[in-house]
Amino acid sequence: MNAGFGISAVTFVCVVTLGIGAFGLRLSRTTSDFYVASRVVSPGWNASAIGGEYLSAASFLGIAGLVYTLGADMLWFPVGYTVGYLVLLVLVAAPLRRSGAYTLPDFAEDRLESVPVRRLSSLLVIGIGWLYLLPQFKGAGLALSTVTGAPSWVGGLIVAVVVMANVVAGGMRSITLVQAVQYWLKLTAISIPVFVLLWIWLRSGAPQPHIAATPAGHGWTRPLSGFGGRDHPVYATYSMLLALCFGTMGLPHVLVRFYTNPDARTARRTTLIVIGLLGLFYVFTPVYGILGRVYLPTLPQGAQADSVVLLLPMAISPGLLGELLSALLAGGAFAAFLSTASGLTISVAGVIDQDLLRPRINARTGGDSVAVQGFRIAAVAAVALPYAFSLLSVRVGLADTVGLAFAVAASTFCPLLVLGVWWRRLSTTGAAVGLVTGGVLAMSAVLVTMVGGVHSGWLGALLAQPAAWTMPIAFLVTVVVSLNTPSRIPKGTARTMVRLHAPETLNSGLPKPTLRY
Amino acid sequence: MPATTEIDEQTGLGKVYMAALLRAQLRLTVSVLVAVAAGLGVLPLLFLVVPATHELRVWLIPLPWIILGVLVYPVVALAALYYVRHAEAIERDFADLVDRR
Repeated sequence: MNAGFGISAVTFVCVVTLGIGAFGLRLSRTTSDFYVASRVVSPGWNASAIGGEYLSAASFLGIAGLVYTLGADMLWFPVGYTVGYLVLLVLVAAPLRRSGAYTLPDFAEDRLESVPVRRLSSLLVIGIGWLYLLPQFKGAGLALSTVTGAPSWVGGLIVAVVVMANVVAGGMRSITLVQAVQYWLKLTAISIPVFVLLWIWLRSGAPQPHIAATPAGHGWTRPLSGFGGRDHPVYATYSMLLALCFGTMGLPHVLVRFYTNPDARTARRTTLIVIGLLGLFYVFTPVYGILGRVYLPTLPQGAQADSVVLLLPMAISPGLLGELLSALLAGGAFAAFLSTASGLTISVAGVIDQDLLRPRINARTGGDSVAVQGFRIAAVAAVALPYAFSLLSVRVGLADTVGLAFAVAASTFCPLLVLGVWWRRLSTTGAAVGLVTGGVLAMSAVLVTMVGGVHSGWLGALLAQPAAWTMPIAFLVTVVVSLNTPSRIPKGTARTMVRLHAPETLNSGLPKPTLRY
Repeated sequence: MPATTEIDEQTGLGKVYMAALLRAQLRLTVSVLVAVAAGLGVLPLLFLVVPATHELRVWLIPLPWIILGVLVYPVVALAALYYVRHAEAIERDFADLVDRR
């Protein structure tokens, strides 16, 4: 295959990303600009930016790969990714915006008035962020080697360098603009080939998919048979759905976007638009899995299922058309890696900077150091470690790894946010014990699954999809411990609740939340 | 004393106002969540209990693919729209109530 088109498309996406980043750099001046785009982003732009940031390697390549391998059950992945925003909307969107918190640790400290809980949240943000960054680098390596034949470490390195350059230089304002553009780029890249390929498919008499060779066999078209022939598909379906629906609100790069809304009302409207944008995108992705079954009954030697999106155009239409379409898809895939990795890097770097680096730097220099400098060092650290890990070969699919990140988020930040927003009796001790319990349980399940532990029977099912038991346990522990430690309910809970729930239109006399940065 | 001050200063009346607002919002949230959970949650069960649903085809495409691949999204968007409208209405009523005093 002609590597020229693929290289051009990937280069184009990287240059555009860097270009807009440089343009934004001229606009961002102060630290608050640097972090939060001074809160002047409109709901339409903001929703595009959320969509751009959220549609990751898992969405662009992973879903099609899963549908291709395992069939109908995998359609729950995009459904869960979308419903996650509905759950976020009805449970926490407006109150989170009113809280004035910029990161999850900010919210934890603000609501629970406790620095230890803040530190715990910081550790979890870094853990979830790294878990989520890993598949972005892996996906980039996979995509680049599929379209150009480059070794698999190159793609990840390109993404790491571009993201670092952008985050280090421009901060949030340029990132918002970059992300919004990336959404529309990704939608174009995923949709145009679908129309062309479906048209070719129809003209050639709509051949049926070859499903006999899939792990699910003839069950491929049927629900509740997939999950790779793993045991207990009904449990796996429900548990995964739970993780995706309740994990979204606890992802480190999601809350940041709510801060850039001017108020709670626009935060809700932004979320509504996001749900529309995601649904529009996800209608297209499974088509690649289905057509893959028609035209690529077996994958070429050494290819992974996650690359089916990129292989499909050449399989259907060898020649110029196929090459152009797969270049377009490669460009879209890189937009996905870059945007998600940027968002995660900003969040993880923000936490490393604020909670790990700055206290130490300040202790040494007496607080004289330039704040932005620390953030830049943190950004490098945030990217370098998951990139290094992505080079180690772990045979877990892109969407599976992302699914595990959701499970950890659902078992830790979800209870913290939901109870923090709606329950006055949440105590500092309860929140801390809940975070530790949910975090340790979910992370252990993730580690066992990723190093390839148990894969069969109930134990395998429970470890591969932990959310259905880790999330309820985390909620239960938080509630029970809180009820038993009433003296540890934060003093300002009543006032905080007013701030979280009272409409801004009241112009209440409470002091407005101030920027911490 | 203006109502906003009562809310800020946690007087008895302010607390009553806030409790009412929270209850109304929570009721709306729970009803949307229950509706969505029932709508989505029943699907795997339906596929499990009524295997005939697997074979139903609309044109060429099996019914589960149509439901999960396409129909879910507009329904979720409508649920979100319903929620946003009603949440804003609750806040408007609350602001009216407070301002009227």
